[in-house]
Amino acid sequence: METKSIQNKMFVENLSCYFGNKCVLEKVNLTIQKNEILTIIGPSNSGKTSFLRTLNRMNDFNPNFSRTGNVLLDDENIFHMNMEKLRTRVGMLFAMPIPLPMTIYENIVYAPKRLRLTKREKKSDLDLLVEQALKDASLWDEVKDRLNSSAMKLSGGQQQRLCIARILAIDPEIILFDEPCSGLDPISTAKVEETMLVLKDKYTIVLVTNNVKQASRVGSRTAFFLMGHLIEIDATEKIFVSPKEKQTNDYITGRFG
Amino acid sequence: MIKLNPKSSQKIVSFLLLLATIIAIIPVVIIIFIIIKNGYSAISWEFLTALPKDGMRSGGIFPAIVGTLSIVFSAILITLPIGVCAAIYLNEYAKDNLLTRIIKLTIVNLAGIPSVVYGLFGFGIFVMFLGFGVSIIAGAFTLSIMELPVIITTARGALNSVPQSFREASLALGVSRWQTIRHIVLPNALPGILTGAILSIARISGETAPILFTAAAFYVPHLPQSPFDQVMALPYHLYIISTQIPNMPKNIIFGTALVLLIMVLSMSIVAIIARIYFRNRRKW
Amino acid sequence: MQKHQAKREKNMSKIKDDIIEKIIFLCGILSIVFVTLIFAFLLKEGISFFRESSFINFILGKFWYPSSTPPEFGILSLIVGSFIVTVGACAIAVPIGIMSAVYISEFAPKSIRDILKSLVELMAAVPSVVIGFVGMVTVAPLVRSLLDIPTGLTAFTGSLMLAFMAMPTIVTISEDAIRSVPWEYKEGALALGATKWQTIRRIVLKAAMPGIIGAIMLGIGRVIGETMAVMMITGNAAHIPSSIFEPVRTMTATIAAEMGETVKGGLHYRALFAIALVLFSITFLVNFIADMFLGKSKNK
Repeated sequence: METKSIQNKMFVENLSCYFGNKCVLEKVNLTIQKNEILTIIGPSNSGKTSFLRTLNRMNDFNPNFSRTGNVLLDDENIFHMNMEKLRTRVGMLFAMPIPLPMTIYENIVYAPKRLRLTKREKKSDLDLLVEQALKDASLWDEVKDRLNSSAMKLSGGQQQRLCIARILAIDPEIILFDEPCSGLDPISTAKVEETMLVLKDKYTIVLVTNNVKQASRVGSRTAFFLMGHLIEIDATEKIFVSPKEKQTNDYITGRFG
Repeated sequence: MIKLNPKSSQKIVSFLLLLATIIAIIPVVIIIFIIIKNGYSAISWEFLTALPKDGMRSGGIFPAIVGTLSIVFSAILITLPIGVCAAIYLNEYAKDNLLTRIIKLTIVNLAGIPSVVYGLFGFGIFVMFLGFGVSIIAGAFTLSIMELPVIITTARGALNSVPQSFREASLALGVSRWQTIRHIVLPNALPGILTGAILSIARISGETAPILFTAAAFYVPHLPQSPFDQVMALPYHLYIISTQIPNMPKNIIFGTALVLLIMVLSMSIVAIIARIYFRNRRKW
Repeated sequence: MQKHQAKREKNMSKIKDDIIEKIIFLCGILSIVFVTLIFAFLLKEGISFFRESSFINFILGKFWYPSSTPPEFGILSLIVGSFIVTVGACAIAVPIGIMSAVYISEFAPKSIRDILKSLVELMAAVPSVVIGFVGMVTVAPLVRSLLDIPTGLTAFTGSLMLAFMAMPTIVTISEDAIRSVPWEYKEGALALGATKWQTIRRIVLKAAMPGIIGAIMLGIGRVIGETMAVMMITGNAAHIPSSIFEPVRTMTATIAAEMGETVKGGLHYRALFAIALVLFSITFLVNFIADMFLGKSKNK
């Protein structure tokens, strides 16, 4: 089916994570391929969010966090990289939409301005950036007339897509989605999923979700986590049609979780 | 004993509680009323801008006003930047370990130490040990150390009220810690920090005990020339003329009290209104 | 070329960030140094007093004659003075304060709640020297003529004025505690047919109790530390009174009144530091307890 040659973007080698003495992730090995949507499913406490937050080192702010093993991004160890630099290459969308308390326009230019991604902060450059980011996040048509109104006034689904646009504005290579639809209604969810499928052409996406059906709808490949272990990873059709492990089968058929 | 039915006992209770609230509020109204009634006749342009005469029994209180303003603004200039920075450090950077917790607890509790103890400390350190003498600068340092815990505590409260998720959202975009604080946390905490600062200015404008032996002078017939000068100060002046000078005209004492009260209350009212305004306008 | 420049600009801003962060750390450390300094200084001066006079004699000595020969430095009468004034103020401020807190949080119409709270807070803004002065010229003569006693400057007058000064602390913090009681608690009781007052008495006050106790402790801390008003209206007689209608003298007033007359480094000077040390310890303890109760009610 896929004719493009497969390129690996990220390697996760023997990654174990701990909060205090508690091991939340044990010896995970997997690769993330360029321009795929890797979905990660599993019941709560399976370590999938901890895994995701390790990939752009958001866990480093927790003083109890520690880990062993390595993660390579284009052959570079992320734990040796500058943390801010890493996060501009690996963006993250949170479970709850978190618009910053400013206008829609300011939300999008906020990070590029701070990071000095645009030359000399020219107004027209910024305008273009905002338009492109909002279009890519399929929000442009809904907000183009009120870019200067507060982002807090948008609906939940719009806020979440604004957050996507905000990430697109810094042009990362990988985008991590942490249960991005858990607080949204089905229609907003469908819109966010649609957006993800479009973004796949340009970006590499890792999606953590509690919603097994969502994984089957958007995932190129799917990984199943349980109790801190990676149980199985394979093409999404395979996982859903003929999983190798019994636990995977039990989970996706709804026998537990 | 008469057993009241719940309905009527409810009415009695609500009446009693209203009464208590009135008792709690009425003193401040009476105090303000008494001072205005007896003091307004003394207020004139001359009273506000002239030097005292006749052993302070007539003339104005200009040097005391200037003295208080110079001490108070020097103090807030010292304490506000240090206090806000310390609050940022404790809230945003310090690791959550035992030492940090002890420091936070100590700072909260220092806000309750009596002002006269700070006065004594300031006298020992700034006036005597560092040799500033009784001066504006000694008084300003004393007041700023006294106000430091208060500023740190209110600033920390303001920083804390900015949701953690805003910080995470900004950090996740690759923005550095300081940039996040500078562009997300501080702008949203600013109203809280500023109202806290105004309340602090109001509070230290009326403080007498800390400047009693660090800055205030009984009578100085001219305006201060340097930060090492002694000055007259409004609250101390009020204390002196109401307790130490015989045959003091009543309306001058009340007039002085009125000026002090207007200075302090107007700032407090601004702060209280600003706080209600910002609380209602908050975006999250 | 342009990229190069952008990179250099970025490095510059990185350096600026680093410098600002260093300054912030420095201020954090500086404020901690100040805090330690205060304690160390009081401790040093205070303890040097106890080298020449025993702690027991200091605390339990009945006579405070700093300028007689030989001088006597016993602060029992001052402790008793502070204690009486504080207890008196609490006896007035605590019931009234809690009642108004209940009224403001549970009974007052929403539209005037902010106004009532602001009015109570306004009292906290009135300088203590102003309160002392008003007490001296209005309340003291009233007390004297009503009770027919030789002077109106008594412990009772002091307690009365201090009660007003402690009121804002007690009301605002209790009100916060009462208002933070979860709505479900009240709902449960009201659903069982209890009246509003029964619900408040049995459920709300009970749940808000740690916060209210914290508020009272903070109020006590405020009263013990009050200086100017006390100095102006309690009469300043350093003896142990037989009733609350006699003049007393507090620890704070003693420091404020006598500091100006002492010789630096002399025994009297250090005795005042010793009093400050006692005051510091008492208020620190009171605030610490308050903090424990308030922290507890917050975590609930």
